[in-house]
Amino acid sequence: MIHRIEIRSAGNFGDPHAQGVLAQARELGVSGLQAVAFARLFFLQADLSDEQVQRIARELLADPVTETFTVGTAPATGALIEVHLKAGVMDPVAASTEKAIADMGLPIQAVTTGRRYELRGTVSDAQRELIARRLLANAVIEDVHFEAFAPPEQAAGAYTLHVTTVPIRTLDPAGLERLSQQGDLFLNLTEMQAIQDYFRQLDRDPTDIELETLAQTWSEHCVHKTFRSDVALYDECGTLVQEIPNLIKSTVFAATKELDVPWCISVFEDNAGVVDFDDRWAVCFKVETHNHPSAIEPYGGASTGIGGVIRDPMGTGLGARPVANTDVFCFGPVDMPLSDVPAGVLHPKRVMRGVVSGVRDYGNRMGIPTVNGAVYFDEKYLGNPLVFCGTLGLMPRDMGRKQRARVGDAIVAVGGRTGRDGIHGATFSSGELTHAHETQFSHAVQIGNPITEKKMLDVLLAARDAGLYSAITDCGAGGFSSAVGEMGEHVGAEVHLDRVPLKYAGLSYAEIWISEAQERMVLAVPQEKVDTLLAHFAAEDVEAVVIGTFGTPDAKLRLFYGETPVGELDMAFLHDGLPRPTKKAVYSFTPRPTPTPAERENYTDSLLKILAAPNVASKEWIIRQYDHEVQGGSALKPLVGVTEDGPGDAAVVRPVLDSPKGVVLAVGMNPTLGELDPYQSALHAVDEALRNVVAVGGRLDRTAILDNFCWGNCNKPDRMGSFVQAAKACYDAALAYRTPFISGKDSLNNEFKTDTGETIAIPPTLLISAMSVIDDVAGCVSSDAKQAGNLVFVVGATGPQLGGSHYLRVEGLASGNDVPPVDPADNRRRMAALEQAIRLGLVRACHDLSEGGLAVAAAEMAFAGGLGLELSLEALPITRDGIEGLANVHTAAMLFGESAGRWLVEVAPENRDAFAKALAGIPSGQIGTVTDTDRLIIRGLNRKPVIDATLTDLKAAWQRTFQW
Amino acid sequence: MATPKALVLRTAGTNCDRETEYALTLAGFDADRVHILRVIEQPDALDDAQLLVIPGGFSYGDDVAAGKILANQMLHHLAEALTRFVQADKLVLGICNGFQVLIKSGLLPWAATDPATAARDATLTWNDSGQFVDRWIHLRADSDRCAFVHKGDVIALPIAHGEGKFVTRDAQVLDRLRSQDQVALRYCGADGGECTGTLNPNGSVDDIAGICDPTGRIFGLMPPPERFVTPTQHPTWTRQKPETCDGLQMFRRARQAL
Repeated sequence: MIHRIEIRSAGNFGDPHAQGVLAQARELGVSGLQAVAFARLFFLQADLSDEQVQRIARELLADPVTETFTVGTAPATGALIEVHLKAGVMDPVAASTEKAIADMGLPIQAVTTGRRYELRGTVSDAQRELIARRLLANAVIEDVHFEAFAPPEQAAGAYTLHVTTVPIRTLDPAGLERLSQQGDLFLNLTEMQAIQDYFRQLDRDPTDIELETLAQTWSEHCVHKTFRSDVALYDECGTLVQEIPNLIKSTVFAATKELDVPWCISVFEDNAGVVDFDDRWAVCFKVETHNHPSAIEPYGGASTGIGGVIRDPMGTGLGARPVANTDVFCFGPVDMPLSDVPAGVLHPKRVMRGVVSGVRDYGNRMGIPTVNGAVYFDEKYLGNPLVFCGTLGLMPRDMGRKQRARVGDAIVAVGGRTGRDGIHGATFSSGELTHAHETQFSHAVQIGNPITEKKMLDVLLAARDAGLYSAITDCGAGGFSSAVGEMGEHVGAEVHLDRVPLKYAGLSYAEIWISEAQERMVLAVPQEKVDTLLAHFAAEDVEAVVIGTFGTPDAKLRLFYGETPVGELDMAFLHDGLPRPTKKAVYSFTPRPTPTPAERENYTDSLLKILAAPNVASKEWIIRQYDHEVQGGSALKPLVGVTEDGPGDAAVVRPVLDSPKGVVLAVGMNPTLGELDPYQSALHAVDEALRNVVAVGGRLDRTAILDNFCWGNCNKPDRMGSFVQAAKACYDAALAYRTPFISGKDSLNNEFKTDTGETIAIPPTLLISAMSVIDDVAGCVSSDAKQAGNLVFVVGATGPQLGGSHYLRVEGLASGNDVPPVDPADNRRRMAALEQAIRLGLVRACHDLSEGGLAVAAAEMAFAGGLGLELSLEALPITRDGIEGLANVHTAAMLFGESAGRWLVEVAPENRDAFAKALAGIPSGQIGTVTDTDRLIIRGLNRKPVIDATLTDLKAAWQRTFQW
Repeated sequence: MATPKALVLRTAGTNCDRETEYALTLAGFDADRVHILRVIEQPDALDDAQLLVIPGGFSYGDDVAAGKILANQMLHHLAEALTRFVQADKLVLGICNGFQVLIKSGLLPWAATDPATAARDATLTWNDSGQFVDRWIHLRADSDRCAFVHKGDVIALPIAHGEGKFVTRDAQVLDRLRSQDQVALRYCGADGGECTGTLNPNGSVDDIAGICDPTGRIFGLMPPPERFVTPTQHPTWTRQKPETCDGLQMFRRARQAL
């Protein structure tokens, strides 16, 4: 039978969670709500005596000091809401509770959990509904009940094998498209026809699992067919401008190939890019996106996003230990009125809260420091929030290369069990979202269990060092289908799906094969080592099961359930059969200069507005929720300065505790420019990432970069056009800065169709992540002003352009597409010189100039250091593009212009000459000094202050926006 | 004397064991990370160690409550060995999640190992903010009895926890802790002065950050000392290099106490 236990706060020490719900409900406008009572619900399915149930509640579930418990159901003291997980949704607490009850020596069959809220005060039924749906429950994974609810007993559903064949040979084009659509295959007609031809030649129809395998392997998510396609580029008049064979090979890959740096170990061939760290170690880095799942279930989507990217280094080479995470988010405006949010879309604030908690709970539990990131806001992200997660891994240097399964190796599945969760994730993420996806694709969303992944990681590293397997990869998009298909690409594989451990009975062979259930990896294990390997996993209570063998006589993929064959495919067709049609791209650039804004006497107000702008404002609310110091390698933290709350440019970690060597992690991204000029925007993104690396003392000649393209639907030629521009910029930038791309990922089709039929595409969004290996973290510098009396320099030249600037945005002024042009070759020289000056110990503080330009950087350097700055624009170096002298540069451009390749640098007076020498030939100017005051003063060309504000006001403006 | 052995107990969700092992080695321990299932198989593995460390992390995901499930596992499978260990006048250190485990198992505050009475008098509950927080704070060592600290020292360390608010069942329990000199660490100002404003990061009663048992040899604290054993771990080292690494000092005192 099922025993119900309610755990609630005893009230003597408060109940922060109930308080949180109360506050958020008030935000929703439920003013009549007086108080919220919260209870955790446990349902024990077991033959237990009343005394035993009491004991479990008393000794295990309730805290004797702060909580009370009820066995059974206590009478409600207000409007009741109960939230219960849908059947089959991962419930880590239930699993741990079962273990603990067993530890107590008591019988237990199953545990389920729930949450109970009692709303006191005057709350209408409509308001209760609103609170339940908007705040407490997500319909995708949870059910809401307005009375006490008892989940039914879990009966194991049986499964009887029935092999499904899909008639495809006789279908006409319309029929093929219908099949693709109805089967959620997301394959276009050409691809469906290729599959049809294949089976016509075989003279049989495919089984469902064969079709699914092809759909997974050929999905945009898995093969990036857009980025790999040949492109025909046209201008707006329809004239063919250029034909580009295999876009990614001609751009991103090509740059890396041409640079051919000696310290790259493995690029673009494995789950992460691998480079040298020292003679013993290598580091690898991968950045992934998990956008579509995060749109419909932010918490689960983001936590499985980070959980997934963590498995990439784990599945690179022979496996790396994750040592740092990064996260970059793009959301809709968090202050948007609820009524303006379209149907099928969660409010941006709820998405942001959910995403942040998801990354927090997974990253913190895994014990991986989240050290660097960024957050951007734009209305166009409303239906398509972007969630980028990155993981840095550390591995022995000789284990960095990609390994393939060998003939005869056992296929071993390790980690979590397989369930229905995440089915069609890969194909789902390859399509556009619609307002109906919330319900249609709920099965594509997964809830993670970080502890399962951590357990698996602990054993994997031991098994790796004991040399117990020959190859490893993670089960990500496409599940076993992708993992086994890729590992056995050259030798074939035989898989027995009935041997896969399941979360619950009833899964079909096809569901088992394509499920994207989390926390699973696949190993190729030499037969003689299988027993030892299985023993390693058993010893730490991690499941590991042999599900087949790599290598078949004809190198085919063969799938069985029991002894029944359920699928057979040629690896060659699976991996090379995908048609590569030429993609049409249209792009042309017509200059639209920004109307010159009126000059003003004083710009202090604009500075305060920019500091408070969501893209610029302090993200401390997020950063402090992440453990950014676990593993003990933290050398430069995300927040810096005298009170540890100023913005850092990049994070530095020391992954090997007995070595002074470090890794610098930084990001660059500018979606606003992406809409105006995708080519320049991409250059800006690369420059910003490298600028940040150099600002903290990184080494440009040991810096590798990663690309993450998030675009709209690239089947539309204009989207493809801007995509091509950005890809070309990546090539040009990588060569000019001499920084190779080592890994990347693209997420296309980020468009949302509203119930009114309107389509919202995200702005072209390119994230560049940079990783630099440095010799000694003790040489790093931070951005906070250090010492009154020190000199302040601007390194790099400022241009007259204001296009795309935050200044125009906060002042509500029209922007043209005249974004400040980037000269990568020139900027590289600046970076090399500044890097040298920092290495010589001549720099006390360095802060890069980006959003908000000079004025914002100066304000941040000042309040982070708790020291004033007195600056003058007279000495500001300017660019040479067609302007004679500062007098012709708008004051707003000098203060807030966002030209690339610039830094604000603090130098001790005694080092002035040495610094000047190090920067010989580089545009730089001494624009002022650090003062022992509490003011930032910037004087214009007429010596009058154009900015004059106290540090208190500047900091308050910067911190106010996200004081949640 | 011979190099003392430290056993760093790990399990599913432990995640500060490596840096803790490293810190112990720096302080002169022969440290070893051991999975709890190995100790349950062979409880006398504990007998070779002079220091038992339960490191930070999220043991079993902190499901149900932080440290609860590991505490439950230890009480039901290792009670005897643990009792033997603490009675042998050895040292026990619980850091962050490890402190939560010591509290929920009853080893703190009274060195007990009985499931029926565990955590009846004191517990660690949710921060007033209701959220996990990672930031640096200051601590004042207030106990002569605790083997891991020197009374009067002001210590800089980070905290990184969601359930670090120390509370007692009632005032009597708190008085007893005070009168037996068991309050080892209190949150304080940079100068060692009383907490004002948000200096107490989680709402702990009497600003308590760490306590020891009546003998002073079982010690638990929320701030992880292994996160300040080298200068570049300190948040403002780019302004001024710290002379001492306060976390390392704590492990060294444990070494000296043996």
